[in-house]
Amino acid sequence: MALKQSMGKRVGMSAAAWLIGFLIFFPILWTFLTSFKSELDAFAIPPKFLFFHWTAENYAEVQSRSNYLLFAYNSIVLSVGANIVGLIIAVPAAWSMAFVPTKRTKDVLMWMLSTKMMPGVGVLVPIYLLFRDFHLLDNRLGIGFVLLMMNLPILIWMLYTYFKEIPVDILEAARMDGASLMNEIVYVLTPMAIPGIASTMLLAVILSWNEAFWTLNLTTSNAAPLTAFIASYSAPEGLFWAKLSAASTLAIAPILILGWFSQKQLVRGLTFGAVK
Amino acid sequence: MKVLVKSLLGAVALAGLSLPAHAETTLTIPLVNNSDLIRMQKLSDDFTAKNPDIKINWVTLEENVLRQKLTTDIATKGGQFDVLTIGTYEVPIWGKKGWLLPLDKLGADYDVDDLLPAIRGGLSVDGKLYASPFYGESSMVMYRKDLMDKAGLKMPDAPTWDFIREAADKMTDKAGEVYGICLRGKAGWGENMAFLTATANSFGARWFDEKWEPQFNTPEWKKALDFYLSMMKADGPPGAAANGFNENLALFGAGKCGMWIDATVAASFVTDPKQSKVFDKVGFALAPDNGLGKRGNWLWAWSLAVPAGSQKTEAAQKFIAWATSKQYAALVASKEGWANVPPGTRTSLYNNPDYLKAAPFAKMTIDSINSADPLHPTVKPVPYTGVQFVAIPEFQGIANDVGQDFSGALAGTMTGDAALAAAQASTEAAMKKAGYIK
Repeated sequence: MALKQSMGKRVGMSAAAWLIGFLIFFPILWTFLTSFKSELDAFAIPPKFLFFHWTAENYAEVQSRSNYLLFAYNSIVLSVGANIVGLIIAVPAAWSMAFVPTKRTKDVLMWMLSTKMMPGVGVLVPIYLLFRDFHLLDNRLGIGFVLLMMNLPILIWMLYTYFKEIPVDILEAARMDGASLMNEIVYVLTPMAIPGIASTMLLAVILSWNEAFWTLNLTTSNAAPLTAFIASYSAPEGLFWAKLSAASTLAIAPILILGWFSQKQLVRGLTFGAVK
Repeated sequence: MKVLVKSLLGAVALAGLSLPAHAETTLTIPLVNNSDLIRMQKLSDDFTAKNPDIKINWVTLEENVLRQKLTTDIATKGGQFDVLTIGTYEVPIWGKKGWLLPLDKLGADYDVDDLLPAIRGGLSVDGKLYASPFYGESSMVMYRKDLMDKAGLKMPDAPTWDFIREAADKMTDKAGEVYGICLRGKAGWGENMAFLTATANSFGARWFDEKWEPQFNTPEWKKALDFYLSMMKADGPPGAAANGFNENLALFGAGKCGMWIDATVAASFVTDPKQSKVFDKVGFALAPDNGLGKRGNWLWAWSLAVPAGSQKTEAAQKFIAWATSKQYAALVASKEGWANVPPGTRTSLYNNPDYLKAAPFAKMTIDSINSADPLHPTVKPVPYTGVQFVAIPEFQGIANDVGQDFSGALAGTMTGDAALAAAQASTEAAMKKAGYIK
């Protein structure tokens, strides 16, 4: 396709892209701005955009009321830990499905995907009872295990599609040179699939970070991640929007920064294999 | 499957290794995110200083999330919490099921008889106290004195519904975006149904007759719902079917409402200059009535209870005695002033001249609470307890359905009569399924 576009068209396209980007980003920006308002300014009609009395008191209040670092620590440990374990399982699984498929591979893939189709609340009570009996309630290992099982189908599916793009000849060449199966996966396949693995990992970390149903139901304090931290600032009787916004900003900040620095990997990974 | 079992076993083994060894008692205590309970968390150093062997682990959650978590935990005997923060809806049900421990070790100086009779009645089963009230609330009319003057009316201390309707009509100025009345419309058993059930009591309606037959087909319910719908359509804000407590609080605080009938806890918000533009123009009155002997106000008390089967009952009762004592009220008063003492639990507070001076809404609160009787909530006799709810486990589900119908009627998607018919049908089906009626 020839890239001969008029100046006007290019400016128009850029403007449209910026506008769409701004619209998508607006809720986060609004949360951020609200977190610096007083509670009265937070629900002012008409809304105040930039010209209000900026204050950091909401952050001070949030800090004094709850132990943000413990929640943040739990979020990081759970989302990263569960997905590292997940990758250790998912890479070999995706390798076998991509390069040595059997008659049933497609069915297995579909079956794995189908486990994502059941709403979580349908199995809440049995899992809750199991967790109670195994003393896993409010335990990082317990909730980490749930997050791992939840993301495993996505990890395997995404890796499978990435691996399918890698020419099998390269792996065969490595095998001809005497590489063991382990060496083939670790030294040949993995380096070539790094963008795919990175974006899979990032997506899975974000999904685990935002997971609110299981984390709220299976943890109370010791293993509670940032989702529980946000839930503690919401209230049906009382307007605490500014404080809630401060808590939300603190909760999404780490993942937002991670996403910002890895956006190149993310975009490359998400479009990897898009053009056949 | 084998992998799953193995990893689960591994996880359990590791979990066992990571259990900490502790000599002191740690109490895990859930809190609802509201100012009085958050203040207690801040002041709890006083308790831990007096009881150095007890450590407290706080879990703050939004009310509905908390209710779901506590219900799951107590129903499965999960044992995650040592003290429960629950309300007047849960206490009679859970107490009857044997899920709560009767509170009989609160100490000699606790003075149980000082608790307000209406609140104590709501927290007792067969005369035994199963939870101690931390703060109590009812509902009342909050109104704008300036708009009332402008309309040439004077709000009586105990208004009738007819007066409220007249005042709402006169205060409404839709061009100036001032609406005579703001009421709850958002569907939910704790949202619009809390308001409408309490209102229906004052119209002589009831949820069930003595034989548990649903009563939505009675003229009393029709009158109550028609009154609500017609007033809200004439004088309410646009989109009222989506308004709950917070939305109305924002509207009232921004000066858009002439009157608002809601929880007494709102009084401290609307009179706070940091949260309300009209803080110096608000007056209070009892919830309205129709001269039938019942007012349209509700009764709720956030209370502390001990789950049956807990291993730490002694420490838990010690904590409850501290948090709901007269001494705690004095502690709050000395640190943050009398106006911030949790209201609505003890008679002695309302005989305290310092408190009456500091809290302009004190008299209205106590009168509202005293006029709500959870044991006899309605004009005609009923087989249930509870003012703005029916204390049976099925009520949450049933009232959520009915709330949808009534919210739909307010939004205009169906008529009031159709909403009542739908409510009658769904409630009848649910009560048949639960075995109350044949």
